[in-house]
Amino acid sequence: MNEPAVVILLIEDEAQMRRFLRASLTNSGYQLIEAETAEQGLAQAAAQNPDLILLDLGLPDLDGLVVTERLRQWSKIPLIVISARGQEQDKIKALDAGADDYLTKPFGIGELLARVRVALRHAAKTESGEAELTLGELKVDLGRRQVTLGGEEVHLTPIEYRLLTTLVKHAGRVLTHRQLLREVWGPNASEQTHYLRVYMGQLRHKLEQDPSRPRYLLTEPGVGYRLRTDD
Amino acid sequence: MLNERPDPDELLRRMAEEEKQKQRGKLTLFFGAAPGVGKTYAMLEVARAELAEQRSVLVGVVETHGRFETAALLVGLEVLPRRKISYRGVEVEEFDLDAALERRPSLILMDELAHTNAEGSRHPKRWQDVEELLDAGIDVFATMNVQHVESLNDVVAQITGVVVRETVPDSVLERAHEIKLVDLPPDELLERLREGKVYVSAQAQHAIENFFRKGNLIALRELTLRQTAERVDAQMLAYRRAQGIEQTWAASEQILVAVSPSPYSLPLVRAARRMAAALHAHWFAVYVEPRVSRPISKADEARLTQNLRLAERLGAEVVTLTGDRASDEILRFSKEKNVTKIIVGKPVVAKLFDRFRSSLVDQLVRHSGDIDVYVTAGDPGDEERGPAKPVHTPLRLSGYTAAAAASLAATGVAWLLFGRGQLPDVVMTYLLGIMLVSSRFGLAPSVFAAFLSVAALDFFFVPPFLTFAVADFSHAVTFIVMFLVAVVISGLTERLKNQAAAARQREQRTAALYELSRELTSAQSSRRVIEVGAAELEKVFSSKVMVFAPARDGKLSSVHAGPGLDAASERDASIAQWVWLHQKEAGLGTTTLPSSDALYIPLLASGGIVGVLGLTPSARDRFDSIDQRRQVDAFAGQVALAMERAMLAEQTEAARREVEAEQLRNSLLSSVSHDLRTPLAVITGAASTLLQSTPRVDEATAQDLTKTILEESERLNRLIRNLLDMTRLESGAVHVNKEWLTLEEVVGAALNRMDHRLLGRELRVSLPADLPLIPFDLVLIEQVLINLLENAAKYSEGPLEINASLASGEVQVEVADRGPGIPEGQEARVFEKFHRAAREQSPGGVGLGLTICRAIVAAHGGRIWVQNREGGGASFRFALPIEGQAPALPAPPPFEPQVRGASA
Repeated sequence: MNEPAVVILLIEDEAQMRRFLRASLTNSGYQLIEAETAEQGLAQAAAQNPDLILLDLGLPDLDGLVVTERLRQWSKIPLIVISARGQEQDKIKALDAGADDYLTKPFGIGELLARVRVALRHAAKTESGEAELTLGELKVDLGRRQVTLGGEEVHLTPIEYRLLTTLVKHAGRVLTHRQLLREVWGPNASEQTHYLRVYMGQLRHKLEQDPSRPRYLLTEPGVGYRLRTDD
Repeated sequence: MLNERPDPDELLRRMAEEEKQKQRGKLTLFFGAAPGVGKTYAMLEVARAELAEQRSVLVGVVETHGRFETAALLVGLEVLPRRKISYRGVEVEEFDLDAALERRPSLILMDELAHTNAEGSRHPKRWQDVEELLDAGIDVFATMNVQHVESLNDVVAQITGVVVRETVPDSVLERAHEIKLVDLPPDELLERLREGKVYVSAQAQHAIENFFRKGNLIALRELTLRQTAERVDAQMLAYRRAQGIEQTWAASEQILVAVSPSPYSLPLVRAARRMAAALHAHWFAVYVEPRVSRPISKADEARLTQNLRLAERLGAEVVTLTGDRASDEILRFSKEKNVTKIIVGKPVVAKLFDRFRSSLVDQLVRHSGDIDVYVTAGDPGDEERGPAKPVHTPLRLSGYTAAAAASLAATGVAWLLFGRGQLPDVVMTYLLGIMLVSSRFGLAPSVFAAFLSVAALDFFFVPPFLTFAVADFSHAVTFIVMFLVAVVISGLTERLKNQAAAARQREQRTAALYELSRELTSAQSSRRVIEVGAAELEKVFSSKVMVFAPARDGKLSSVHAGPGLDAASERDASIAQWVWLHQKEAGLGTTTLPSSDALYIPLLASGGIVGVLGLTPSARDRFDSIDQRRQVDAFAGQVALAMERAMLAEQTEAARREVEAEQLRNSLLSSVSHDLRTPLAVITGAASTLLQSTPRVDEATAQDLTKTILEESERLNRLIRNLLDMTRLESGAVHVNKEWLTLEEVVGAALNRMDHRLLGRELRVSLPADLPLIPFDLVLIEQVLINLLENAAKYSEGPLEINASLASGEVQVEVADRGPGIPEGQEARVFEKFHRAAREQSPGGVGLGLTICRAIVAAHGGRIWVQNREGGGASFRFALPIEGQAPALPAPPPFEPQVRGASA
């Protein structure tokens, strides 16, 4: 590969955790920059302009949420939070603050690599403006506003369509209820989660083979929804 | 009754008293016979000496009255600034108690102990301020004249003809550490007066001429000297008692004084106090409440209250007895308490009745046995002269009209039935009429009816007819007898009515109290006790109720404020705090802060004070009567006991929970340490094998060991998650966040998360298509499903099923397997903590999964249970209630998309 290696900035204070991630990520072909504190991390992010940031929330000097907010003031670098805080509220806060994804410790390296790929692809997509997504039998063509399942066109209401396209644009990433509601219903509806429940149910009945065991439209309990991608 | 050795109880009491005295500040009293003898001067001199010995001396109040010598002594002493109180537009300067307590000197000077504070001060009297200073451990120097001693008050009035209204209770003198007599011979005092060295206020100019007569001064001086001598005597006795020298200590006397609502009782009480003081006797002030009587008038009640309060202030034990005959009750009580002397007042005006019934004095003397009975002449003094006025009932016209009507009717009936022939029958008819009147309208109308009846009888039925003249003497006798019979009947009927009224009143009182105690018994928590008690008090006393109780941090805080009292004000809180500290009542109708709108009563239970009750009555005089106050106290007592009971129960419950939690922690620790160590042991073993350099494990084994490490780590992770979840659920940190959701959503989420653990397992999901939205917490119910599925997967091999059905008002969800099922009788136990169906074949886990399920379902108001399936296997089911109304379906989007969605 003569392409320049993808640079990942890891902000994590636990030495053992850094050691494990260094081994696995370098092994997978990524180039790793490490930071032990939030201040170091922010400085590195500005100086090195990495392609992706892995951020631990429990840092000694600053809370990870603050780091996320500060980063988002000037940068759109994909950011994945890795944290031992597994409560839904923590996830929602991080995602609403601007994190692209959230991974609860402990996690397998496979899962981490998948999330990293999703985040990188999404970043690339927003630049190139890719407008088509294929998931198994499901095909969404944003340019032609067409949804097909196994070649058959599916009829969606405007809301259903907008909900689906929002998920497609962020495929593989968790979107919080608030983010989805704002995107689809506008800023005043950010508390009306039952809108989301009903339309998501309808969408599943139209797109999923077995709506009670969804393959594409996944619920992240207490947090939001995610459109599963193949990896 | 000769005490050879000091009684141990007595000794203990004395020791306790001494102990208290030690912590209490010491009162030194500069005591004089009259104004102008130089008390303030003497006090200042001694204070200067104290100052010279490096004590911190503060001048609380000193009146120099412009005298130069006195003012000179003040130089160099720290003087506390007075507090300005605005009272009815006039600014008054008063002693600042709070500032003094704040300043905490070692010694404080308080001139004129008998001074009455301006309204709005904490205490009405300066001696009460002094008491509080002493309680705070501050030594006090104070001055006072003999005429201000409460028990000598009327004696002084007799000598000088001047009634002194500012008095100090004898107990203050008795508890004084030292009394310094400031003596000046009358001639010298008069000399000083002539020289203008004695301060005389303008208003007192007139009175002073009478007061400063030589005869008066001599008498006052003698009184002062005697009082001081008595005090020395008492000290001597106390010393003797402490040393066990009892030879001169003959018998302990007990004195009883009978108190009535009469104004004559006041001097009686003072006389009793003097006698008690002279004999160093314990004394009782006893009021006998007639069991059957007409209710006493408001004025009488107020006087009775005043009399009993005075007795209490003078150190008597106030007792109220109930009985038909006062003498019987007094004697019974006297024998019980070994009373040696009874003091009663001499009846001033012998009532007509007394000629027929023996008086209280007679009866007492006759039956008293070896108890001495002292009969003291009553002199009501200046305050209330003249006997108590009878209750004046306004003339009730309807009664007299009825009396007239009854007489008229009786005349008519007798005329029609009997004519003029049968006089006895006619008389009976009239008597019947009179009785009817008396039964309905009371004594006066029925006597009126009797009079009318006799007149009518004479006029219509007795010859010569139609005149009031009486021809036959026997008829005159008939009239008299008829009149007397009528009066007696009326009297009896009246008494019966009063008895009934009294009984009714008592009945109501008892019923109210019973109602309260019944309500309180049913109240479980102290919070509830306060609510119930407050509600009852509000009802019975038509007052607004505040309750203060110690909060968790031990500080007194308002725990209940009745309607209209949004929260107890700062002033309320500070009074309540005072009551709490001193365990004495305060506020309206008491001697502490009487200007307050509310009465504050300490809630005293057997173990001490549990709270403070504040009552704001609708009318300020609501609690003036002894009767009402007693009932308030009875209620407060009940509430206090109930509060104590509830608090103790709560403490016991907390302790029990503590023990249970402890036990749980222990079993958790033992279980957890085992379950945590097992996977850790495997991981450590596998990892160390992999690290080993010689002999190196082959590729296949390495792969196997790595897989083991991963699996065990996941197991460990699940275990920790369960433990954390359980802890969160138990500590109440979990909030059930109900949303209206479809069952499909949660089943989908759970299955998605379970995916890798259910690999290859057949799973059938059957959810009815018509399930409505159900309110539940997605995260928690997902956890329930995961735990049930994990459990089923762990204990069985065959296919799993998820079913749901709608029942009345709830949805039931079933997770079923084809495993071995649940052993008979274990159905409930499987949900208990650390329970495992069969330990030997346990595939791991702490036995918390099902407990978590139960806790979550319970938090939703649902239930969970297990039953065995037909054809083998277990069926875990839980039911969630569907309460409330699902929200309306989403409104149409606020903005239309510009292009139609998926084009057709």
